[in-house]
Amino acid sequence: MANKVFHVMYDDDQKLLDAARALTSAGIRVKDVFSPFPVHGLDPIIGVKRTRLAIASFMYATTGTLLATLGTWYFMISDWPMNIGGKPSFTWIENAPAFVPVMFEFSVLCGAHGMAITYLLRNGTLPGMPASNPDPRTTDDKFVMEIVTGQNAGMTVEDLESRIRGTEVFELSIKEY
Amino acid sequence: MVHDNKLHFTFPKKTRTWSMALMAIGAVSMILGWMFDKTDHHQYWWANLLINGFFFFAVALGALFFYALQYAAEVAWSAQLKRIFEAMFAYLPYGLAVVAIVLLAGQLHIHHLYHWMDPNVHDPNHADYDEIIANKKPYLSAWFFWLRMVVYALTFLLFARAFRRWSIQEDELGGIDLHYKQYRRGALFLVFFAVFSSTIAWDWLMSIDTHWYSTMYGWYIFSGMWVTCMIFATILVVWLKDNGYLSAVNTSHLHDLGKWVFAVSMLWSYLWFCQYMLIWYSNIPEEVTYFQTRYEHYMYGMWAIFAVNFAVPFYVMISRDAKRNTKYLTRVGAILFLSHFFDLYMAVIPGTIHGHLEWGIGEHAHHITFAWWFEIGMFLGFLGLFIYVVLNALTKARLIPVNHPMLKESEHHQI
Repeated sequence: MANKVFHVMYDDDQKLLDAARALTSAGIRVKDVFSPFPVHGLDPIIGVKRTRLAIASFMYATTGTLLATLGTWYFMISDWPMNIGGKPSFTWIENAPAFVPVMFEFSVLCGAHGMAITYLLRNGTLPGMPASNPDPRTTDDKFVMEIVTGQNAGMTVEDLESRIRGTEVFELSIKEY
Repeated sequence: MVHDNKLHFTFPKKTRTWSMALMAIGAVSMILGWMFDKTDHHQYWWANLLINGFFFFAVALGALFFYALQYAAEVAWSAQLKRIFEAMFAYLPYGLAVVAIVLLAGQLHIHHLYHWMDPNVHDPNHADYDEIIANKKPYLSAWFFWLRMVVYALTFLLFARAFRRWSIQEDELGGIDLHYKQYRRGALFLVFFAVFSSTIAWDWLMSIDTHWYSTMYGWYIFSGMWVTCMIFATILVVWLKDNGYLSAVNTSHLHDLGKWVFAVSMLWSYLWFCQYMLIWYSNIPEEVTYFQTRYEHYMYGMWAIFAVNFAVPFYVMISRDAKRNTKYLTRVGAILFLSHFFDLYMAVIPGTIHGHLEWGIGEHAHHITFAWWFEIGMFLGFLGLFIYVVLNALTKARLIPVNHPMLKESEHHQI
């Protein structure tokens, strides 16, 4: 039997939430939800794990701090000691307060860029990437829940479909993949 | 549902005894400290009274500011916690009284914490004439200083009284009229506070180092005030929850309180460092005096305070899990509370006892004639007084307001 994918469309976020709650409590696994905006409280229902983007961001920013520290030491102290306003230029630490702004800015730059690029890569939404959106109306005012039979092996397709139809569905499309 | 017996806070006997004991320690320390303090005019003793007076006053004023901010910004999540802040700003009259006693004693020349209060420095024919201070006469003249003092006291106390009165009325009357009254009054308070938070810092603390000035000083003191207020509120909320109160306060509320502690700690670090770096970089004699004094006598102390106040909240509180964990919140909070006390200590002591206090044995070793231990006792005493006043005020009204229009939203707060 071929694997089937259900694209269940709802026209209201509350109906979506109720449906997600009803389906998951019946043991059905929801693969993904496409929504024009983040629906508050949906993630824990469909079992989306908390993002680790914050941890990645912290590591990018720390990398930035270290690079800026290394850079200021090399440019301003080691390679060509710069005397600006009579500040000591023999050791990095004596001149450290002057380097803090650039260390801070570079940390923010690396943290922000690293986070943005990671986000786009992880979501597959880099410019030019093909859209994985099943229905363009989910960028407007509709919500689509994606359920695949492969993840719900304990249930027949008919059973799955009848349970899905038991929720306030706006439109349902079943395709093979 | 909240159980009826937990709607009102009752002051536990044990805590009452403890806070009384702390106050007794404080009173004994103040008497013994006065006797053992051999500095000129008991300068050391008075400086400590100013530190403790201002520190706890600042926690209360921070609470008043935060309370007004919650109304002005129409914040919903904190609606359940508003009685906590009301109880904290109930300490305002006591804090103001202590600060006023120190200032009045200075004006009557009982001590010389404030150089500019000496009339001789303004007199061109006197040997003590000080041109720099004399030039500041228009601002630092006795009548204007005391006029400001009266305006501050009236503003803070009247706003606090109105907020509290309307809040209790709301419990009985309901409706949204009182809420919008609070909203408008909260916004108005912020207008006054924007100016007065800076000027109280100039008047009471920056004028100790009369020759020196810094445009960042007001904000630096204000941010310290805000951190200590948020820490005290957080610890109090955790304590109340541990005692079975505030059952509708969930981890999201704690997370938000933790965020405030974290964010305002970063604000403080930013302001501290900005003030330091600009002065360090330009290296102008009239500006560096402040850090010169601290470098000569308190260099490690000063940097240690900055490091703790910045690094501990940054590295420990940055994670979401830490902000939702009461153990982290209370322990980091306790460290920061003490560390911000030392920060205020560092702002006051070097300018008032002129480097006579050495940490260790140096060339000024003969100056260590005063008893440092009374400082600890004095801090504990004021801490006891603050806890007593706050918890006592907490018993005076329902712990959770009933008719706040955003109460329901606060109960469902989830982030």
